[in-house]
Parts: sequence; structure tokens; C-alpha cells
Amino acid sequence: MRTTYTISIFTEDRIGLLNRITIIFTRRHINILSITASESEVKGIYRYTIVVSVSEETITKLITQIDKQVEVLKAFYHENSEIIFREIALYKISAEALNQNDLFSKIIHENNARIVSISSDYIVVEKTGDEMEILNLFNSLEIFGMLEYARSGKVAVTKPMKTLTTYLKELENNSKITIKHFNNN
Amino acid sequence: MIHNKYNKEVTGAEALILALLDEGVKDVFGYPGGAIMPVYDALYDYTDKLNHYLVRHEQGATHAAQGYSRVSGKPGVVFATSGPGATNLITGIADAQIDSTPLVCITGQVSSQFLGTDAFQETDVVGISMPVTKWNIQVTNASEIAPAIAKAFYIATTGRPGPVLVDITKDAQFGKTVYNYEKCHSIRSYFPYPKINTESVKQAAALINDAKRPFILCGHGVLLSNAQNQLLALAEKGNIPVASTLLGLSAFPAQHELYVGYLGMHGNYGPNLLTNECDVLIAIGMRFDDRVTGNVNKYAKQAKVIHFEIDPSEINKIIPAEVPVLGDAKEALELLLPLIKTKNRKEWLDRFVECHEIELEKVINNAIEPTTEKIRMSEVIDKFYKQSKGKAIVVTDVGQHQMITTRYYKFNDTNTNVTSGGLGTMGFGLPASIGAKIAKPEKQVVAVIGDGGFQMTIQELGTIMQSNIAVKIIVLNNNFLGMVRQWQQLFFDRRYSFTEMKNPDFIAIAKGYGIKGKKVSEREDLNESIKEMLDSNEAYILEVVVENEENVFPMITTGAGVSEIILE
Repeated sequence: MRTTYTISIFTEDRIGLLNRITIIFTRRHINILSITASESEVKGIYRYTIVVSVSEETITKLITQIDKQVEVLKAFYHENSEIIFREIALYKISAEALNQNDLFSKIIHENNARIVSISSDYIVVEKTGDEMEILNLFNSLEIFGMLEYARSGKVAVTKPMKTLTTYLKELENNSKITIKHFNNN
Repeated sequence: MIHNKYNKEVTGAEALILALLDEGVKDVFGYPGGAIMPVYDALYDYTDKLNHYLVRHEQGATHAAQGYSRVSGKPGVVFATSGPGATNLITGIADAQIDSTPLVCITGQVSSQFLGTDAFQETDVVGISMPVTKWNIQVTNASEIAPAIAKAFYIATTGRPGPVLVDITKDAQFGKTVYNYEKCHSIRSYFPYPKINTESVKQAAALINDAKRPFILCGHGVLLSNAQNQLLALAEKGNIPVASTLLGLSAFPAQHELYVGYLGMHGNYGPNLLTNECDVLIAIGMRFDDRVTGNVNKYAKQAKVIHFEIDPSEINKIIPAEVPVLGDAKEALELLLPLIKTKNRKEWLDRFVECHEIELEKVINNAIEPTTEKIRMSEVIDKFYKQSKGKAIVVTDVGQHQMITTRYYKFNDTNTNVTSGGLGTMGFGLPASIGAKIAKPEKQVVAVIGDGGFQMTIQELGTIMQSNIAVKIIVLNNNFLGMVRQWQQLFFDRRYSFTEMKNPDFIAIAKGYGIKGKKVSEREDLNESIKEMLDSNEAYILEVVVENEENVFPMITTGAGVSEIILE
């Protein structure tokens, strides 16, 4: 059975490492649904957030393969219930929307979106939320004529209260093999 | 002048050579070209300390380095230029990756300002080699060369070993830097030796002590962690039968009474059949390759599996482990040994003896003393085994001859089997034997190669000639790509699609390279010819004309389980 998993990977800052990681997916014929990369709360350590839809067996094997890469500090995977996650979307619509100002304002308000730019030709609306919320707003705004639409990958933080620095300390004391699915012995 | 070496301003190329010397490198296999010329120029001043072997194709350099590494335990070092030089390394690197062989490959690259411009002989070797290296890096600055080399050696040789590649741009090779070498001893994101969980060792011991029919599967990891003595002690203390994977051969003495043979598709009857009768399967440093397991759904379902393994990604990858013991095999076995109780398991061991009797009668006797008109491959190997007393380093290529050699040669000395296992690279044998002989010049090194594989890297006879490498080469010539032909016969209705080979006069080719050789086609000449080959002080090629359509049995066919192994 397929489940949506969010993979968080903490890595050293290295050219090509993202390529090395995506190869692990490509080789197994697994599609990446979304991917983001940025510096984490620890300077010099990067965080990749990758979303895939696979079986539990596949995700556990993927994680060990990712963890095996020399410059990966640690890889985790979580189901949606274990994380707080958001995506951001930008919607560029025709300025003619202002001709139906009441309806337009209602949509913006009800969807907790905001206007980030207005010009004589277009309006840019920003929305953060989950995939469904972002899609709902897209459907609502489409009546005004969608000029451009861009959605980010997922960013996520985990619910458990263990910080990255705690993990890093553990890593230095033990080794990166003490991940949860190996504790069954 | 060693005292001047540190804090001396040198070129990046010279820094590379000095770094290799600081890593204790004595031998390098390579091939020069435009983008690595500064390195070769620097090497010119160090030929008294660093032996460079000029191969005839870069693939040969990687396989030679593999052979070197496998018998010496040290990483093999390769030099190649950019572009085609670099891409020619890929097969050997992939082979080293899947067979856990440490290699440090150094490639020249176009100058950094030309990167990404489709410059002459530019190729993205870092990108290309990424899926088949344990680690790789591109260096664009002279000062980064020494630290990159230090990391490269550390990563290649620690934990589960593997190939690494350092791509150095030409401007980095020309650039000036102050040389100051620091060996790498740790990387914060890399934990090559997992701390062994003593609880799992205790659980493993309890399972073994309770077992009536325990069975040890010994893999390459035993040799890589130098755990032969611990394995022997474990087997002897518990009276536990030991079988070996292809790459685990020579980790356990073949003549030992607890040694029950070789696993997998063309392995021995008993160890395959009885995999499905044991109650505890003790896998040590092996990864349940599909050629070992056959159909995994029919593999050792009745057994509790203990898996000693250094690479976390191998645990539960193919066969779920009841008790995984993560860590170095030697260290883990040392912890396990005192907990093992001596137990008489004669009844279980007798099962293997019974199976061996059956295999002797149905397969082996006829294979080593055949009544066929033409010579059979198996009798060649048996005679070679008897004459060399199982003490030669035996290098094989890939195919029928490989399965025959690993079946009929009894490896009595530790770490004497060199072959291409996971990748199954035809063309591996000849260059790998060159590397093995360079690493162990005092040992008899014999390559056994088929007529197909021999022609894939036959140009390395030039390396043998130029560097006077005294390897012995047995070419088992059946004028077929025999393994494919066997499959065509058994599963494709004898439709021999492009497997028949018209071969050149191998002895004339050898002569062209100044290498002695002899062609044998009569059984009565075989023993004497093998003796002549083994006695030769220089390289020697013995071509044996063998049965054209010999099949390798036993066999586990596709989709079949290990216990469905067929004998004929």
C-alpha cells in the first residue's frame, strides 16, 4: 500500500550531493512528488525535504540508502500525521478581478490568502497551506483568468521535540545506524 | 628529501603525488592524456618511489587496481585523463562498487574556466560516476587536492569499502600550493564502523546454541574484515557447517571437514538444498545476492536468520533478519565466540555428506574424470588445482569457466580467489590478474579465462609484456559464449543466437606480445602442459581446447528456489 511520506535529509553543504540523492530514487523508478532544499537551523547543514508516495517497505530501504551517502548526516521519514507542513503558492490573475471586487475580496478572505502585488494589468495572490487548500484557491480564482501559477514543494517540521543538534550529538556518540526501524532487535 | 616535503610550495600535480606517497601508495595503474599531463609530469620525478603500470585501456587500469586491492587489502590507485579516459573507467568502478573493492581513481579534467563549455575531452565524470562510486569530488584548486586525497583514501578503505573518484581540473594541477598532508581519520557525517549492539550478539548466541541445524553462510565481508580465524573458531566450536558465496571463497579452508561447499546458481548441491532445512541461518558479511538466493519466496523460510553485516542498508534488504548484528564481522564474531556452546551436530553434518555423495556420483566424478572425446573444463581445473595444491591465487573472468573454476578449484589459502561477482564483468580476468601479481609477486597467480572474455581486454597482454608481469593464463576455449549458449540450449530451444565465436590464433597473438604459450587439445598432454605453465618464470598462456557444448551443473534455474537445484 502506498502512503505519502515526507523525507527530511540533513546534509553537508556539497556540490552534487542533491544529484547523488535523487539518483537513489531514479534508480528504483520512484517519482519525487516535491523537493525543497535550504539551510537548516544549524549553519552549514542543509535540509532537503522530499515527498514520495511509496510503500513502507520501500521507504525504509530508501532511507538506509540515503543515510549511506557519506555526506548525509541523517535522513528521517514521516507520515503526514507526524509533521507540520506547508506549501506556498503564488497566483497571478488578471487585474479585471477588481471589477468584481466583492467576490474577489470574499475569496481572498475565506481562503486566508493575501494580495502581495497589484499593478494595472495583474494581481498576485499568495497562499500558504496544504495541497488541498492551495488547489481550492486555484479553482476559485480561475474564474478571473489565471495568468500564472507557481507552487512550492513542501516544507515541514516534525512534531517530536528532538532538535537537530541533539541528533547531531547522538551521531557523534553513536553512529547513524540507530534509526528507528533498526531498533527491532 | 623527506624533511623538505612539508610546507614546501609545489604544484597541485606534485601535491597529488606526495599525498599518494603519504598514503603509502607504491603502485598506480594508469594511462596518460591531455588533462592529466601535469600529474604525469610530476610523476616523472618520483618513479623511484611510485611504480606506474601503463595499461592499454583505462578499463584495464581499474580491473588491475581491483585485482591489486583484492589480494593486498590496500586500495588500488588509478590515473586517467578526462573525457574518454574517464568514461572508460566506469565499468571497473561499477564492478568495484558492487563487489566492495576500495579504489581511488584520479581523473584529469579540463581547466575550470572550460567546465560546462563542451571543451575538448570534457565530460561530467563526477555526474557519470555518481551512481557507481561510494564518494566522488571535483577539485578546482591546488590547495584542495591533498585534503581531497586524504578523504578519498579514508572513505574508500573504511567500513564497507568501495571506489571513490577525485576529478582534478588542469588548472588545479598546475596551480601552486603549500603541501602539508594530514591524513583523514573521521568525517562527521560518516560512521563506517557501527558500534556493535551486545544485546543482539547475545541473542545471536542464544539462537545458535539452541539450534539443531545451524548453517553458516560466509561472504566477502569475512575477508574484508579479516575475520577468517574467528569464523574458523566459530564453526569449530559449534560444529557448524560453513558454505561460501562466490566472493567468500577462500575465507574458509576448502579442505576443512566443516566446509560444505559453495552457494548459489551453480554452487554445490548440499549447501543449496539444505539452506531450506537449516533452523538457524548465520549469514556473515554477505548480502543475499539473487544468484545465491534463487527465488526469495522459497528461500530459508523455515530458518531464523542472523545477519552479521557492516552496511545498515543490507539488513532486511532481501532477507529479513531475526537478529541483525550491525558492525565489523571480526569484532562481532569475537564478541560472539565466548558465548557459543560446543554441541555435537553430527546428524546435521551427515546430511551434507550425503548430499556430497550424490553430487559426486551425479556430477563431480564425471566432470573431473570424463570419458568425452574432448577435454572438459572441469578436468582442466581439477588438474590445475592438484598441481598447485590449492595454493595459487586464482583470478577468473565471467561465464562458464568462472563457475567451473570456483566449483572445482579448492581454495586452501586465505584470500586467493579474485573474480567479478556482482557486476559479472567479462574482461575482468586478464587485467585483474596483472594487479594481483603486482601486489603479490611471490605468489603463483593464475588467470582462468574463457575465449569470449579474453578478447574483451586482450590488449592488456601489452601491459604484461611491457612490465614483465609473470601471470599464468589458462584460456578455456570452447568457441562459444558458453554460459549464454547454455541458457539458449536450456531455455531458448537451442537457438544459438550469436554465441558461436570464430577465434583468432591466441598463441600467435601471445607470440606477438613476446609471451610464451601453448595450445592443448589432447587429454594426455594436459598435465604436462599445466606443469610447464606453472613452472614458467615468466608470463605463459595455456590455451585448452575444450568441449564446445559443456553445461555447468548443478543449476538453480530462474524462478526456482535453492532446494529445487537440479543436478543434470
